[in-house]
Amino acid sequence: MTDQTAIEVNDLTVAYREQPVLWDIDLTVPAGVLMAIVGPNGAGKTTLIKAMLGLLKPAAGQVLIHGRPYDEQRRLVAYVPQRGSVDWDFPTSVLDVVQMGRYGALGWLRRVGRRERDLSMAALGKVGMEDFAHRQISQLSGGQQQRVFLARALVQDARVYLMDEPFQGVDAKTERAIVTVLQSLREAGDTVLVVHHALQTVPEYFDWVTLLNVRKIAAGPVDEVFTAENLRVTYGGRVPFHGSDSPLRDAPPAGGVTGSSAWMGLGGD
Amino acid sequence: MSIELEIQLVAVVVSVACSLAGVFLVLRRMALMSDAISHTVLLGIVLVFFITRDIASPFLVLGAAAMGVATVGLVEALVRTRLVREDASIGLVFPALFSIAVILITRYAGSVHLDTDAVLLGEIAFAPFRRLEVGGVDLGPRSLWVMGGVLLLNITFIALLYKELKLSTFDPGLAAALGFAPGLLHYAFMTLVSITAVGAFDAVGSILVVALMITPPATAYLLSDSLPRVLILSAVIAALAALVGFWTAWLVDASIAGCMASAAGVLFLLAFLLAPERGVIAVARRRSRQRWEFARLMLAIHLLHHEGAPDAANESRETHLGEHLRWEPKFARRVVSEAADEDLLVRLQDGRLELTETGRDSARKAMLV
Repeated sequence: MTDQTAIEVNDLTVAYREQPVLWDIDLTVPAGVLMAIVGPNGAGKTTLIKAMLGLLKPAAGQVLIHGRPYDEQRRLVAYVPQRGSVDWDFPTSVLDVVQMGRYGALGWLRRVGRRERDLSMAALGKVGMEDFAHRQISQLSGGQQQRVFLARALVQDARVYLMDEPFQGVDAKTERAIVTVLQSLREAGDTVLVVHHALQTVPEYFDWVTLLNVRKIAAGPVDEVFTAENLRVTYGGRVPFHGSDSPLRDAPPAGGVTGSSAWMGLGGD
Repeated sequence: MSIELEIQLVAVVVSVACSLAGVFLVLRRMALMSDAISHTVLLGIVLVFFITRDIASPFLVLGAAAMGVATVGLVEALVRTRLVREDASIGLVFPALFSIAVILITRYAGSVHLDTDAVLLGEIAFAPFRRLEVGGVDLGPRSLWVMGGVLLLNITFIALLYKELKLSTFDPGLAAALGFAPGLLHYAFMTLVSITAVGAFDAVGSILVVALMITPPATAYLLSDSLPRVLILSAVIAALAALVGFWTAWLVDASIAGCMASAAGVLFLLAFLLAPERGVIAVARRRSRQRWEFARLMLAIHLLHHEGAPDAANESRETHLGEHLRWEPKFARRVVSEAADEDLLVRLQDGRLELTETGRDSARKAMLV
């Protein structure tokens, strides 16, 4: 294995009770790509990210980050959870939340100091939020919350960034700002994985894509695998989008995809 | 030291220790777990008492703490089956364990100093009568030493693991990803809560522990946005409640524990009504101010819309506002006169209202033009 592989997923199966959420995933992500993970609701996108972070115990298989298990590579990985996963009424400030990104490097018992503060202010600057450093977090809008989470990941100074829906609930301007930051990470040689919903922006924002629906449908460079056929398979025959600039009227199903048998029959990986 | 002073000291120490642990309980949405633990620790005490046959044994605290942690574990195991929700499983586990303890006490320990009244209501008034003596030297009330130790343990735990506790409370996912073992920390913290509950239980009884653990933090949250300040405020409020409670009990000759809990409740009520940002009164005032501001703005926008239009003469008449905006005449008069005071508009001789440049600006700004 060369250092050129950022993430390697081998035969990963994750199940909640007996219900498989991810079936036998094999995925190799080269270093230095900006990759979208797309698929219908309930496809296991969040589960895949959580399994990579060791937050869920897989029923089978393993994940390697730059060639080694996650436990040994924590410092190389930054994580942006879904915005809704935390309590924004928590009594703390924006700066304090961003500093949490340094806790991993600090380790147990060591306290936050000037260095952590400076790094965090710099990260807030990168996402255009330095003026909000001392704001109470409950006063932030959805887009601002998302930027704070991004700054918290940036301050970890990682090589692999795993982000769960960083564009959820943000306005167009914030979305552009976030994309610019993600692309600059890729320019610096870092690897960024993003759980993403808006299919029409995939070719514009990302260079790699993984199509997921319980199993991996396809993964690779966007121009190779982001095809109408693969999307049809991923979304159970009801393609919500086709090509790079012609969204179809047929929207993706709001609930979990019920037409799983539709793609099962089609086969093809 | 006088008896009164000793009782007050014990009350303050118990109260502050409870409030510090309570801050994180409230943040973790586990407030009611403190009620459960403060009851089930009794079973731990009773079981260890049957083994040691010594009511002063230090192992009683260990047994109690273990039972507190077991309570948390049982509740969480029950929730994981997904057959019972969390509130219901607390309601199932703690009465089960507590009732076993009550049965054991009434059946087998009736003759010893473990009576149900003391369990439910505590006996802080008797604290000065149980002394700690070493080599014949009186060192003061035993419970003061015990609770002083518990308070010190709380302060040390929170000071040392402040960063870890905060992260695992705010974002357990990130805490786990960074390797901070939030599960381990959770059980360590619940052990601390259990130890605190045992000590407090001795002083104020199992029913009122929850008041000391939850009321001061809940009050502090109304007054501050920063976690360190919430911790300090919470401790100050707890100490205040203990002292006010003690003197109230002294004056009206009532239960000290009851008065302490009531004092904490009154302090909460005061903050609830009067807190500068989040109090009920501040919120009501802000709403009312916003309502009038909004009405003035609506009026300005209405006037701007019809400015220069053929119907302007009609639409901009103060007497027609009721008809057009569906406002009561009294309300409309007040809005117009406030808008005039703020220099948003002027009243013309013929009864029409005309926007000033300021008025036009604020109307345009509000409409994002």
